[in-house]
Amino acid sequence: MNDETPRSIAAIQDEIIADFALLDDDAEMKVLYVMELGQKLPPMPEKDKSEENIVKGCQSRVWLTARLESDRVYFTADSNTAITKGLVSLLIRIFNGQKPDAILASDLHFMNAIGMERFIGTQRSNGFSAMIRQMKMYALAFKTKMEIGS
Amino acid sequence: MALPATLSTDIKKIREEFPVLSQKVNGRDLVYFDNAATSQKPRQVIQALVDYYQTTNANIHRGIHTLAERATKAYEETREAARAFINAESAEEIIFVRGVTEAINLVASSYSRAFLKEGDEVIISALEHHSNIVPWQLACEQQKATLRIIPVTDKGEIDLEAYGKLLSERTRIVAVNHASNTLGTVNPIAEITRMAHAHGAVVLIDGAQAGAHLDIDVKAIDCDFYCLSAHKMYGPTGTGILYGKRKLLDAMPPYQGGGEMIKDVTFEKTTYNELPYKFEAGTPNIADVIAYREAFRFILGIGREAIRAHEHDLLVYATEKLGSMPSVRLVGTAPEKVGVVSFVVEGIHPFDIGQMLDARGIAVRTGHHCTQPLMERYEIEGTVRASFAVYNTRDEIDQLAEGLQRVINFVK
Repeated sequence: MNDETPRSIAAIQDEIIADFALLDDDAEMKVLYVMELGQKLPPMPEKDKSEENIVKGCQSRVWLTARLESDRVYFTADSNTAITKGLVSLLIRIFNGQKPDAILASDLHFMNAIGMERFIGTQRSNGFSAMIRQMKMYALAFKTKMEIGS
Repeated sequence: MALPATLSTDIKKIREEFPVLSQKVNGRDLVYFDNAATSQKPRQVIQALVDYYQTTNANIHRGIHTLAERATKAYEETREAARAFINAESAEEIIFVRGVTEAINLVASSYSRAFLKEGDEVIISALEHHSNIVPWQLACEQQKATLRIIPVTDKGEIDLEAYGKLLSERTRIVAVNHASNTLGTVNPIAEITRMAHAHGAVVLIDGAQAGAHLDIDVKAIDCDFYCLSAHKMYGPTGTGILYGKRKLLDAMPPYQGGGEMIKDVTFEKTTYNELPYKFEAGTPNIADVIAYREAFRFILGIGREAIRAHEHDLLVYATEKLGSMPSVRLVGTAPEKVGVVSFVVEGIHPFDIGQMLDARGIAVRTGHHCTQPLMERYEIEGTVRASFAVYNTRDEIDQLAEGLQRVINFVK
């Protein structure tokens, strides 16, 4: 059981923003860095890369699963494109180990702050929103489950 | 093939005619290789749009005042320029439409309603853009006809032998492109037309990828319909032409109803206007049509032969350069091609390559290019496509190769 309080969603976002600030606003470096982050994402079991785990609305393919441990949410994800996988890894870094309420209440401002939407493009931004929406849906489902259970 | 000396020095001058090309994207000079999607616009086209709104704006054909006459004259001059550009018999055979998509929909709807019957067949190729697939699916569904598909070879050519076998007395319409947007293949459209005519079928040619790059002579091709989009040939968005043989256009029912296309309207019976107005219901896209004329002028000013030679040089250079990179596989290697290089890189998704190149200021297209059945044919999800125009240079291809090598090095 994980009882320790994780750092807040706001604090992790600030940390990501600080990491990207080291890249001097170089678009190519940012893309490479995001791809590198994706490579470090823990692998997703092949059986979870199923049709029902695909996040709808993403231009590239993204699979997402979530589980509740004690009162904390943990996500696993993968994508068929390296950049998407890197972006997803950022979301997982922010959300993993948080309580459902914290995920539901979160305001993700880091994408604008790291200048990602500028060259990720509209379609991809939509896909990214779909990803966040899906993660919040999981959080809501876990929250409901916890309330019924208690 | 050596680059004609005169043109190589002129490319610099030609580039100066395109204001959009002088900008930086992500800190680097823009390299625009998405010309098969839409080409950039030379100053004279942009200026024609500005001039029209500043000096001429009026509704055409009905007005009797000076501005209306001036606008009408300019509008009809583009029709004549389009006629000359494709060597049509008369200007009445040129219908202004929104672009190739609308042109194909017009024929698929109007011609099919009159001449496609239950049990008849329409033939298209596996090389077609969705806009030359879906309208025919709709028409076939409506008329209870059957859609037949000509397969393509491994190199990306239309399989003429298979085509010959598909043709029969049931064939009513054959619709293929002049050049493929995804692979660049230039199709033997005169031969395709001759074979269709031998079976009594009419032929529509989707010229979207030919307008800026190839010679177009509808009399020599002998096709029944030919379609162009202005925006893919240095002209404005939202306009294009449908060429049709007069006897066919005369026999076809109107596509849309409204003003401009009628002779007399009563509630009992409406009579329709003459060609080409029968197919031009409502106030058309006057400004863009007028500016389209400048696109024809621009192309003819450089000369289609010179453009073709320059773009062929780029194609050969890019094919060698990218084709010799170990993990790059070219898709579409027909001997006759326009300046389109489509490729996949083993182990790297096209989307990642596109994003990475964009970060270096290089604009390419990634994905299925609106040709999903063709992607299925090659068992790939999509490609990266670089497509060239007259203003592109070998140096830009070097930059593409460099960017590509960088992403390959990183991932591998």
